[in-house]
Amino acid sequence: MTKNAARTTGSMQVKRGLAEMLKGGVIMDVVNSEQAKIAEDAGAVAVMALERVPADIRRDGGVARMSDPEMIMAIQACCTIPVMAKARIGHFVEAQILQSLGVDFIDESEVLTPADETHHIDKLAFDTPFVCGATNLGEALRRISEGAALIRSKGEAGTGNVVEAVRHLRNIFGDIRKITQADSAELFDWAKKLGAPLPLVQEIAETGLLQVPLFCAGGIATPADAALAMQLGAQSVFVGSGIFKSDDPSPRAKAIVEATTHFMDADILAKVSRNLGAPMTGIGMDQINERYAERGW
Amino acid sequence: MLQSLGADTVQVRTRQDLNLVDALVMPGGESTTMSHLLSTSQLFDPIAERIKDAMPVFGTCAGMILLAKSIADGRLDQRFYGAIDIDIQRNAYGRQVESFETDLDVEGLESPFHAMFIRAPQVVRVGADVEVLSMHEDKVVLARQGSVMVASFHPELTSDSRIHSLFLQEV
Repeated sequence: MTKNAARTTGSMQVKRGLAEMLKGGVIMDVVNSEQAKIAEDAGAVAVMALERVPADIRRDGGVARMSDPEMIMAIQACCTIPVMAKARIGHFVEAQILQSLGVDFIDESEVLTPADETHHIDKLAFDTPFVCGATNLGEALRRISEGAALIRSKGEAGTGNVVEAVRHLRNIFGDIRKITQADSAELFDWAKKLGAPLPLVQEIAETGLLQVPLFCAGGIATPADAALAMQLGAQSVFVGSGIFKSDDPSPRAKAIVEATTHFMDADILAKVSRNLGAPMTGIGMDQINERYAERGW
Repeated sequence: MLQSLGADTVQVRTRQDLNLVDALVMPGGESTTMSHLLSTSQLFDPIAERIKDAMPVFGTCAGMILLAKSIADGRLDQRFYGAIDIDIQRNAYGRQVESFETDLDVEGLESPFHAMFIRAPQVVRVGADVEVLSMHEDKVVLARQGSVMVASFHPELTSDSRIHSLFLQEV
């Protein structure tokens, strides 16, 4: 009974395993330990540690980089749920540093300024799982082929406007539905059109499912936004600026957690949406001069 | 998984859902989140009552934490059931980079079971009345007491349904 088989760490299954465990939950952007505690108390399944929430990155401009390790470690020390952190697209050294800190998930994120305009990080080279953004199925499958264990939409971060995330979810799920109807010859054309590896396209045709979980990120500001993403098929939601840029973060965080769990129950959604104070103001897509979703190749 | 074994399943999110079931699986996830949602959904006490009435329940990873007698390193406000006489240390194997897969010998199974441990909790004490079904590196990873079964790994993440079959034998 006490015979010990060897442990295998960092395998694709182990990486996807954590993504599976985060399903049905809310991952919240936090910039300090105090916010991390509020997030954990509210029932977040994980936190994303970063120095500035996307709304501030957008306002400040300049180059946005990986956060100070000291700040990430302080957040790791104060909460027991998984801690994620962001590396710039293609910046594999930032990713190496985050892995060395023991971050539970690395977000190769378009919210930070890209470090490489052609290549994403070779995520297969890491034991730490990666989450990557995608605006469409081709982008999702390219990231999966590079080793991403989790895909999220790339809704415009820091806008409080869910319209882009909805577009991405509809793109991805719509194409998956079409591919399941395609015959075997058409799959070659799908792979070409999507710029995605054929075997992954064929797998989707067979299973009707993306190979890894798909979460929603970008622009979620209210419990109704979270439930919308879930009803469209997202399996969890990331909330960035939406919580800590609102008037009263703690009740809003709790309400978004409940809305994500009970996303099909309009009575509960009505109940948790009451008296939350003002959400973040938000901005329309025609008012922004840089679309983060266009970062990523 | 359970459906493939012939069981009807529903996701329990409300008290009404709970009334529909004969047995309950508490899956993996974050135990702090689950504990929080059990309270806000007013499900915590109804489930406690059903467990007291010997409803079969199977907890994996976070679910095991919620069924334990005591949690080291848990949050002070975290509620749990004390349904099986074991003590748990949360995240005892470390962060995600320490998560692993391995083969386990399981009591009652003829060949090893391939198990996924994801930021897994560790059993740090086992009561005399608890039946140990599998160990890994001297730690209990699968155990049963009466109608309560717990695993520190995730049988729901692999396609092997034998552990779920063991549970269904109780139902």
